[in-house]
Amino acid sequence: MSALTREETEALIKEVLEVYPEKAQKDRAKHLAVNDQSVEQSKKCITSNRKSLPGVMTIRGCAYAGSKGVVWGPIKDMIHISHGPVGCGQYSRAGRRNYYVGVTGVNTFGTMNFTSDFQEKDIVFGGDKKLAKIINEIEGLFPLHKGISVQSECPIGLIGDDIEAVSKKGAAELNKPVVPVRCEGFRGVSQSLGHHIANDAIRDWVFSRDGKDVKQEFVPGPYDVSIIGDYNIGGDAWSSRILLEEMGLRVVAQWSGDGTLAEIELTPKVKLNLIHCYRSMNYIARHMEEKYSIPWIEYNFFGPTKIAESLRAIAAHFDDTIKEGAERVIAKYQPMVDAVIAKYRQRLEGKRVMLYVGGLRPRHVIGSYEDLGMEVVGTGYEFGHNDDYDRTIKEMGNATLLYDDVTGFEFEEFVKKVKPDLIGSGIKEKYIFQKMGVPFRQMHSWDYSGPYHGYDGFAIFARDMDMTINNPCWKSLTPPWQKQPEAEAIAQAA
Amino acid sequence: MANIMIRRGAAGEYVFYLPKRDLEDTITSMEFDQADKWGGEIKLNNGGAYYVDPLPAPPRLPISVRARRMDAAE
Repeated sequence: MSALTREETEALIKEVLEVYPEKAQKDRAKHLAVNDQSVEQSKKCITSNRKSLPGVMTIRGCAYAGSKGVVWGPIKDMIHISHGPVGCGQYSRAGRRNYYVGVTGVNTFGTMNFTSDFQEKDIVFGGDKKLAKIINEIEGLFPLHKGISVQSECPIGLIGDDIEAVSKKGAAELNKPVVPVRCEGFRGVSQSLGHHIANDAIRDWVFSRDGKDVKQEFVPGPYDVSIIGDYNIGGDAWSSRILLEEMGLRVVAQWSGDGTLAEIELTPKVKLNLIHCYRSMNYIARHMEEKYSIPWIEYNFFGPTKIAESLRAIAAHFDDTIKEGAERVIAKYQPMVDAVIAKYRQRLEGKRVMLYVGGLRPRHVIGSYEDLGMEVVGTGYEFGHNDDYDRTIKEMGNATLLYDDVTGFEFEEFVKKVKPDLIGSGIKEKYIFQKMGVPFRQMHSWDYSGPYHGYDGFAIFARDMDMTINNPCWKSLTPPWQKQPEAEAIAQAA
Repeated sequence: MANIMIRRGAAGEYVFYLPKRDLEDTITSMEFDQADKWGGEIKLNNGGAYYVDPLPAPPRLPISVRARRMDAAE
């Protein structure tokens, strides 16, 4: 099926919206758009970061998910208490595959779940005493931890516990940072506000303590950078880090995949902040730019075209040795990239992809697909804001679909009509689309594969996409007794 | 009154950022942008307008300032 024209896409949106009641139709229409590269401001064509409609199926998370699951969780040498009932922590434990180096339970705690396990009496009488007790217990059981963060679940805000007071007291007793994070799940419309709250907590409780900046014994170098907004999913931050180090930069901090508290405290000393996930960590970059005069740039390590572009853009902030380093790195990996493209491009050329993910991926991975000769025909963010769509419009082709906070129904209908060769979305969509017979990759945590960042990641990315699209199982979806007899006859005749 | 942040964009233009609403936009015009006076009425690309009490000199950017909303888009 060839690409849809603008009119066809507009008609498709209209058709899908028809089943809604009038009011819902009006609201949802604002979130669906046909891409037009000439539009400079996304708000003219698409509305984002609004409350989901009651009654539709949305796949958004909550502020707690944004803070504990995304920003704080991967900081490996801190203990993150899921403060509240047990479920929030347990069902979000270790699902994101933020890889790290260390001995779990001794000096790193990434895949463990710490919770205050609220019961009825804690709701009635308050949970502050319990929190104080937990902080002391943690110190006794895991003395090598570097600090504690208290990730509030909904009840904390509802019953009005004073976690700040308990944290301050605990920090004084332990002589380690104890960070209260007010990321109750009911705040905001999606996990996006959780990212913001978590960033603000780092600003207020990690960069400065008791109103004073944290002092660190550290000799800054001329080529210090930090990787911000890379959560090391399947090892992403590692495959990014080696490229930066090969071109001569010194990576001081990883935020927050495989990151430590000490790295985060050192970040205000770097020369340049490199932002991969803009949506979840631009807040802290903006703060560091204002307070410490550290410039920041967004970069994209998906696919060789974008990697080369990004490496050169990063190098432009430094002197000639780094610029030469960037060229050297690009040249070094070129044969490997050529081999990958030679192997997979012929198998993937012209395939059409629909994406629906969160954070940076709806626009960042487009380059990877294009390097393999594939085309992204629809994309959307779970929790993007206007500035995300501003950046997306330029990346997407004309007359492609844009959908914000798409509902289960809309997404299925779009797929039925657009008939893409591959869908990249989350686990909640995976089995629906596989049962519909559409090849699917779970693009939140790379379908248990990865890394996808960097040149090494691109080779894995290409292999995974080929493995999914050209899997023989897609031809076996019709059972033999339902096969059309004519088709068989034709096959025999041939 | 809202807290806003003003910074320089890649092309040297002023960029407006409203943290509370995650609103980022370029500034199309600023009433006073001189050596001895900086601020005043700010017009945004999206049609919004804010007022910042003029400062005696151009500050080091980025800077967080209090601004009064005069006419917001949306």
